[in-house]
Amino acid sequence: MDFVFVQLLTGLSSAAALFLVASGLTIIFGVTRVVNFAHGSLCMLGAYIGWSVLRLLPRDPSGFVFGVLLAAAATGAIGLAIEIGLLRRVYRAPELLQLLLTFAVLLILQDVTQMVWGAADLTLPRPLWLRAFVRIGDARIARYDLYPIAIGPLVLGLLWLLMRRTRFGMLVRAATENRQMVAALGVNEKILFSAVFALGAALAGLGGALSLPGGSANLQIDLSVVVEAFVVVVVGGMGSLPGAFLASVLIGVLQAFGIVLLPKITLVLVFSVMALVLAIRPQGLFGRRAASAAPAEVFTLIRPASAAVKWFGLAALIVAAVAPFFVGPYWVSVLTEAAISVLFAASLHFAMGPGGMPSFGHAAWFGIGAYAAGLGLRIFALPMEAGMALAPLAAGLVAALFAACVVRLSGVYLAMLTLALAQIVWAGASQLVDLTGGDNGILGVRPAAWATNPKVFYWLALALCVGAALVLRGVLFAPFGYALRAARDRPLRAEAIGLDAVRLRLVALTISGAAAGLSGGVFAYAKGSVFPTYIAVGKSVDALLMVLLGGVQTMAGPIVGAIAYTGLFDALLLATDFWRLALGLLIVVLVLVFPSGIAGMAGRLR
Amino acid sequence: MTLLAVEGLRKSFDGVHAVAGVSFRLQAGEMLALIGPNGAGKSTCFNLLNGQLRPDAGRVLLDGTDITGRQPRQIWRLGVGRSFQVASVFASMTVIENLQTALIAQAGQVFRFGRPADGYFRAEAAALLRLVGMAEQGGQAAGVLAYGDVKRLELALALANDPRLLLMDEPTAGMAPAERGALMALVRRIARERGTAVLFTEHDMEIVFSSADRILVMDRGRLIAEGDAASVRADPRVRAVYLGEP
Repeated sequence: MDFVFVQLLTGLSSAAALFLVASGLTIIFGVTRVVNFAHGSLCMLGAYIGWSVLRLLPRDPSGFVFGVLLAAAATGAIGLAIEIGLLRRVYRAPELLQLLLTFAVLLILQDVTQMVWGAADLTLPRPLWLRAFVRIGDARIARYDLYPIAIGPLVLGLLWLLMRRTRFGMLVRAATENRQMVAALGVNEKILFSAVFALGAALAGLGGALSLPGGSANLQIDLSVVVEAFVVVVVGGMGSLPGAFLASVLIGVLQAFGIVLLPKITLVLVFSVMALVLAIRPQGLFGRRAASAAPAEVFTLIRPASAAVKWFGLAALIVAAVAPFFVGPYWVSVLTEAAISVLFAASLHFAMGPGGMPSFGHAAWFGIGAYAAGLGLRIFALPMEAGMALAPLAAGLVAALFAACVVRLSGVYLAMLTLALAQIVWAGASQLVDLTGGDNGILGVRPAAWATNPKVFYWLALALCVGAALVLRGVLFAPFGYALRAARDRPLRAEAIGLDAVRLRLVALTISGAAAGLSGGVFAYAKGSVFPTYIAVGKSVDALLMVLLGGVQTMAGPIVGAIAYTGLFDALLLATDFWRLALGLLIVVLVLVFPSGIAGMAGRLR
Repeated sequence: MTLLAVEGLRKSFDGVHAVAGVSFRLQAGEMLALIGPNGAGKSTCFNLLNGQLRPDAGRVLLDGTDITGRQPRQIWRLGVGRSFQVASVFASMTVIENLQTALIAQAGQVFRFGRPADGYFRAEAAALLRLVGMAEQGGQAAGVLAYGDVKRLELALALANDPRLLLMDEPTAGMAPAERGALMALVRRIARERGTAVLFTEHDMEIVFSSADRILVMDRGRLIAEGDAASVRADPRVRAVYLGEP
């Protein structure tokens, strides 16, 4: 009984911390419709600022409260600066660009935080008044673990008063329910959006600072917190405060018991709950089904490659094929990665460009392909040829099953659900240690004897990956590709000429998953190993950046983007320790200045 | 010959009876207009026929086959073409590719992954373009056409399955007055030549009176009058609805 009670309290305590962050995220989404990937970074900043402030203040309750509020206010101000400087420019842009821009903010803040505070975890000595223990039956619980349980409901209450009793709150609720109405009421949208973002940032900062006595300020907070907060917000219903509260409690308690009872699959459990809720109730527990709020996208005309482009492509392929005779082993490995990236990017483009299905978890298929190869070797001692065949089959199969659940969703929900799936796969890969080796990965994934020479393997990768990318391209110009694009351009019209959009998208997602799986399989043999990082959020973002760098609305885009990105990334890694900062700035420029990508720009100049 | 028989169609939203018992028949080769003031239930009625909405009660028979509540794409397969109130064509394609896509769908050849679609049904697509007077515009991007041309492309798309029945929701909405008459004359010619039945809604009364063989008048979810232009024009209930006469 005590055990249940203690775990319940632990769960409620982490639920409260989760709610502080998630409430800010959900308010921001409700009003601005931007999914703020940098929300965890704001929480992280709150923790670091809190650390700096609290060290200087007297270690009594009033000093603590003052310091924490100061950290929240400072984080709110930083949030305000981010909103005014960056986000304000993309409120009318497609959701994916908004997500990417906030991801860039995450990268930038990560490096900036490291520059200011250093890489080491920072802890505060716990003040005496928080160190005392509370006895519950036979169990002793530290006060610093208990006090968040009071703060969660307190903040919910204050937010409730703010939303119900003030003009600001009324406007926020109105904007969450109907954006046009706010504009019609003659409210200054800019000020409302800025204020909401600052409030959300302050809540995140508050959550970060409050976590200090029980934990530390560290550089891992950003991603871990934001992914958990996403789950909470999506499960609760995007934009709903009570939903976020209920989901926080649900997830917090689930984690607390999961860690004790099923330590190996806690993460899988959490993300499975999210996937389940979304599959049954796509709008979340308390969410409303929003009539597509995003402005209708403008689709540009797609043309087959002109003769000039074809010749250029052929020339590039020949250069790529003979390159190993002229360059050293380092560049052969870079070229191998570039070839793999081309297929990885082309497979994402297939689903999100012509298929119209944005994905924030494309690394799932890549990782499943890589693990299929690695596990095939480990369990069945499969040779390389069989491993490379198994990779697309496994990824395609999982993609088909997944697609069957989600093809009816669209926009940001689809993106979130793909992210959830990728996180489930990632959690499985890192937690099922007996099967996958956990973070130690699977080693010794060596190519077959005939392909051990790096040059030979490069030609193999080039043939498989560029070949498959060209096949994907061919499919897009075949009847299937036309039909898929028709269903994206005008869903109702497509139905009215007899096209089954659900089936088209299901097949498209399967093909896309299988192709990404192949690239993952080849990657496994190229690296000789398989790690959970292959499925991490960063890998999915890599694919998105390649596609956007090249241009979503073009057919050559993913290929150009993959090559440019691989080259750029290697150059960045060589040139600077702060590659995240550089990459983040690059994304900002890309999103704000060249949203149509390299190939898109080239097409316009012609 | 009765092509379309609609019997006792009903649909309500949250207790509001948008369509409250509508019955009518449509002959092959006939042009039938469905008119009424805003909110009369025309669009709902249309969406019940084309499969976008399921009726609460009533039946829709196409040439004797019950098509009530079927999916839009199944209804298309049975030979019903449709144009939208807000013209919708595939913007990422050229004009002729729009039609090739419709013809590929019609032939059941969607799940083909090899030979470029460019080579499919070129002649048939070109013939449809000639029919609607757009023979020269096949290579243009559908997303940047003038609005009148978009409407004509819509018509060509709706004709791609050689339909027995054409459902046209405000076919001339948004067009310049001069183009309206030409488009409806074209529809009328197609109906005569091919024996296609046409059901359309329209706000422009001149278009209605000049192109419809018969007119149905709806008000508050019910049919209140039916007949040719002269009798509808003279009907006191229609005058009451449209002109507010007692």
